[in-house]
This record gives sequence, structure tokens and C-alpha cells, in this order.
Amino acid sequence: MTPPALDIRDLRKTYRSGHEALKGIDLRVEPGDFFALLGPNGAGKSTTIGIVASLVNKTAGEVRIFGHDLDAQLFDAKRCIGLVPQEFNFNQFEPVEEIVVNQAGYYGIPRKLAYHRAAHYLEQLGLLDKRREAARELSGGMKRRLMIARALVHEPRLLILDEPTAGVDIELRRSMWDFMREINAAGTTIILTTHYLEEAESLCRSIAIIDAGRLIENTDMKSLLARLQVETFVLNLAAPLQHAPRVAGYELTAIDDTTLEADVTKDRGMNALFEGLSAQGISVMSMRNKANRLEELFIRLVEGKAA
Amino acid sequence: MHAHDQWIAFKTIIIKEVLRFARIWIQTILPPAITTTLYFVIFGRLIGGQVGAMDGFTYPQYIAPGLIMLAIITNSYANVVSSFYGSKFQHYIDEMLVAPIPNWLILAGFVGGGVARGLAVGAVVTAIALFFTDLHVSHWGVTIGVVFLTAVVFSLAGLVNGIYAKSFDDISIVPTFVLTPLTYLGGIFYSINMLGDFWRGVSLANPILYMVNAFRYGILGVSDIAMTPAFAIIVIAVVALGGYALWLLERGTGIRN
Repeated sequence: MTPPALDIRDLRKTYRSGHEALKGIDLRVEPGDFFALLGPNGAGKSTTIGIVASLVNKTAGEVRIFGHDLDAQLFDAKRCIGLVPQEFNFNQFEPVEEIVVNQAGYYGIPRKLAYHRAAHYLEQLGLLDKRREAARELSGGMKRRLMIARALVHEPRLLILDEPTAGVDIELRRSMWDFMREINAAGTTIILTTHYLEEAESLCRSIAIIDAGRLIENTDMKSLLARLQVETFVLNLAAPLQHAPRVAGYELTAIDDTTLEADVTKDRGMNALFEGLSAQGISVMSMRNKANRLEELFIRLVEGKAA
Repeated sequence: MHAHDQWIAFKTIIIKEVLRFARIWIQTILPPAITTTLYFVIFGRLIGGQVGAMDGFTYPQYIAPGLIMLAIITNSYANVVSSFYGSKFQHYIDEMLVAPIPNWLILAGFVGGGVARGLAVGAVVTAIALFFTDLHVSHWGVTIGVVFLTAVVFSLAGLVNGIYAKSFDDISIVPTFVLTPLTYLGGIFYSINMLGDFWRGVSLANPILYMVNAFRYGILGVSDIAMTPAFAIIVIAVVALGGYALWLLERGTGIRN
């Protein structure tokens, strides 16, 4: 039986300042999963990732990566991980290709093979033509992709992406999503932290939410989203409203004379709403969710409201 | 990590370090070459012409080993302190910290880079010295041993400084206020036998004096210091600084939260 990709037990971290960043976290990520680790700023996500990647010393607790204990089998554990951190952390004056090749060298990969792999991942991430340029010449999105290529060059079984698409434009973000899906489909377990909850909802199958150093949720995405009882939809109308409409079982709010907001409970669905509006001569041209579903849940969970 | 993997990781750090100082040769190689040329022109030719023989050698010959050692000391130190602090400042030290590299290998890699720059600059300065004076190696073993060990000592000292440094000021304080005075007072330009008993005694507390004199012995065959205490002090410095730097890396001082 394959051990969990990541198994964290009672993980605690108190910084020298006295700040208790992690107050006993238990977390399990299965092999092959695409896992979202969410939480507000300062919740403890980066501390958790820092400990797993051996950049932060833990105060207490146990961390195993594919069964390798971080204390007893540190190097075996490290070999399994590729880390894409939040901040750019490469030598800005070094050529792109050298950054990736050197990283491979730190894992004991011979230089010839390292150049071959660097070319492969830089090409996959659209950076091959930039390989001779100094990293500081790259745009923000390219720098993020460089860090992904660097994290993949030793072909880790667990890839940790700490806000990989922050500051990246929509088109590029979508292409990065496709790339992440590809490597996950090829067998790499991925842990993703992001503030774009649409991203987490679209990519991840499992989710954990950390708040104030504690794990407040750890489940699969479908079960979590199923907990959302009420969704708010924004309806764009064909003609201006003559009066505020009423439809039994729905809460409707006129935002302006051609826009309505409708709160729809999970058990009712949408048909009765449209029928009720049609009966009053109101025609709906288009509709959208007011907020991302996961975002809605996230806010409720973090604010301590029942989902 | 297997020995073969460790060897590759070590070579990678060395290549990275050598390419780093080679890429910025105008900042790393050229300045000591110009400074040494000026030393030879001013102290060697202009003033040195008035000084006369020192221990049986012309003044330019007498100061040449010290000037080569000065270049090795300052450059091996500067390379490691700036490279290590730069890697902390831009956070790319993380590239090594997340990888399965033991701390002793990180230490060896940075020290190897410092030694490489020290030797490269030492070779350039030696070539310049040969324009101004004749030099022949009297004792190859002493010469090679003292050059290598001194470069290691100051690379280690640079690493300790880099580990503790929290700002760019912190990496210039030691070279400016400690290293430069100790080097100039380390017998590069004079023999301590010219000093009175008190200042001679004070000079003997300066470790750089032993390195400069050991190297002078290797090249010219003359020294104010016996070789046994000179090498003993250098080896003790290597062991002490190496052990301390490794202990700091194991603790994660300055690099891990």
C-alpha cells in the first residue's frame, strides 16, 4: 500500500517572537491528489509549507512525505518534494537555464541530463527561447513559470505550489492550470495554495482550510461544495422593471431597474423562479453566480458561520 | 544522498560560484590587479628604490609574497561573504536548503568557491608581480599548503560573517575594520624584526602575520616566524572556523526560521 503523499500530525510552530503560527495541525494528502490548502493571510499556510520543505524548523509534531519521516529520513523526504514558493527566490542575475540546471545538480542529477531536463521543462512552460537571458529580464508571469520548471527538474512526486498564479494574467493563468492538470494526471501529487478560489474549485479534488493556526476543514471538494445551502444569482433583465417582483420561495432584490439578485436554496432549484418571473412578464437575458461557490463557503467557514 | 550525488551537488555549487565571480570580473578580478600594480609602482619602484635590501632581497621582491597573500585573503573572504549574503538576501539559498544536500556540503561548496576566487586573483597578482620583480619558489610544499589553507581560513571566516549578516553594512564591517588593518599590520611591507619588543609582541598576536611569513618562506626562503607554529595556527583556524560555521548551518542561524 502506498503511504500518503503527505501525513502531518499535531504540527506546531511557535516563532521566537512568541507568535504561535501553528497550533496542532493534522493533515493527510493522498498520492495523486490535487489538494487545495486555503486560508486567509497569516493563517499558517506558508509556515506549514515551509516546514514540509525544511525551510522552517517545526516546534513539535510529525511530518511524513511518502512515508519518509522528516526528522529521521530527511534526504529521502526532500527528494520527493518540489517547491514553488510565493516569493521569487532565485538569483536574478543568473541565466534562466543555469537556475534550473543548478537545481538539478543539487539533487545529484548529472549536468548533461540536467540540461536535457531543463530544456524539456522550459519548453513546456514556454521559456525555452528565454533560457540564455538573466532571470531579472523575465516578466512576473515568466518568473513564476521559471520557478515551476526549477521545482520539476528533479521530477518530484509531490509538488507544492504556494500561490503560483499570483499576479499572472488570465490567459497565462489558464495555460498554467492546464499544465498543472497535465502533471497531476501524469501522477504527481499537487498541493496548491491560492487566493483565487475559482482556481482551487476548478483544479482541486480535496481541500483543507487553515485559520489562525488551526485546521478548520479537511474534506473533498464535492462534499464541501454540497454544503452550500443558498447561492445568490445575478439576473440581467430584458426590460426595466415596473415594480419589484415577488416569487414565492425566493428572496429577490432589485439592484437597479434591469438587475435582480435572487437567493436560491439548494432544495428549490431555478425552474420555479423562471416560471414565476415569466408569469409577471419579466424576461431574463443572462445570469451569473454573484460569488464563486467556494468563496462563499470559505468566507462562511473562516468567519465561523455555518455553511 | 549517495557519494556520487554529493559529488555532483558539490561540483554544481563550485561551478555556480566560479561562474558568479567570473560573470562580474570587473568587480572581482580587475580591482585587485589594479591595486597590486599601484602597490608595485609606488611601494616597489618609487619608494622601494630608496629602501634597500630586506633580508637579502630587493624591496619589490620582499613585498611581493605579502601582496599576493593580501589578494588571496581579501578575495576569498569577499567572495564567500558576498555570495552567501546575496543568496540569503534574494532567498535563493532556499534552492540548496530544500534539496537533499548535507550542511557540510553547502559549507564545502561555498568555501570551494572562495578558494577558487582567492587562487584566481592570486594567480593574476603573481603574474603582475613578475612584471616588476623576479620570483622563484623556494619551497613548493610550503607555498601550495599555505596558499590553499589561508584561502580556506578566510573563506570560512567570510561564511561565518555571511551567516550572521543582516544587511549589506554587516558584510563590509569586518573587511574594513578588522581584515584590512590586520593584513596591513601582518608584515606585508616590513619585517617584525624592525619593531621594538612591545610591538613585536603585539604583532605576534596577529594570525595574518603567520600566513604572510609562511608564504614568504615558501617563495623567498626567509621568514620572521618558524613554520611549525605558522602552520599550527592556520590549521587551528581552519578547524575552529570550519566547526563553528558548520554548527551555525546545522542550527539554521540566519537561514531557517
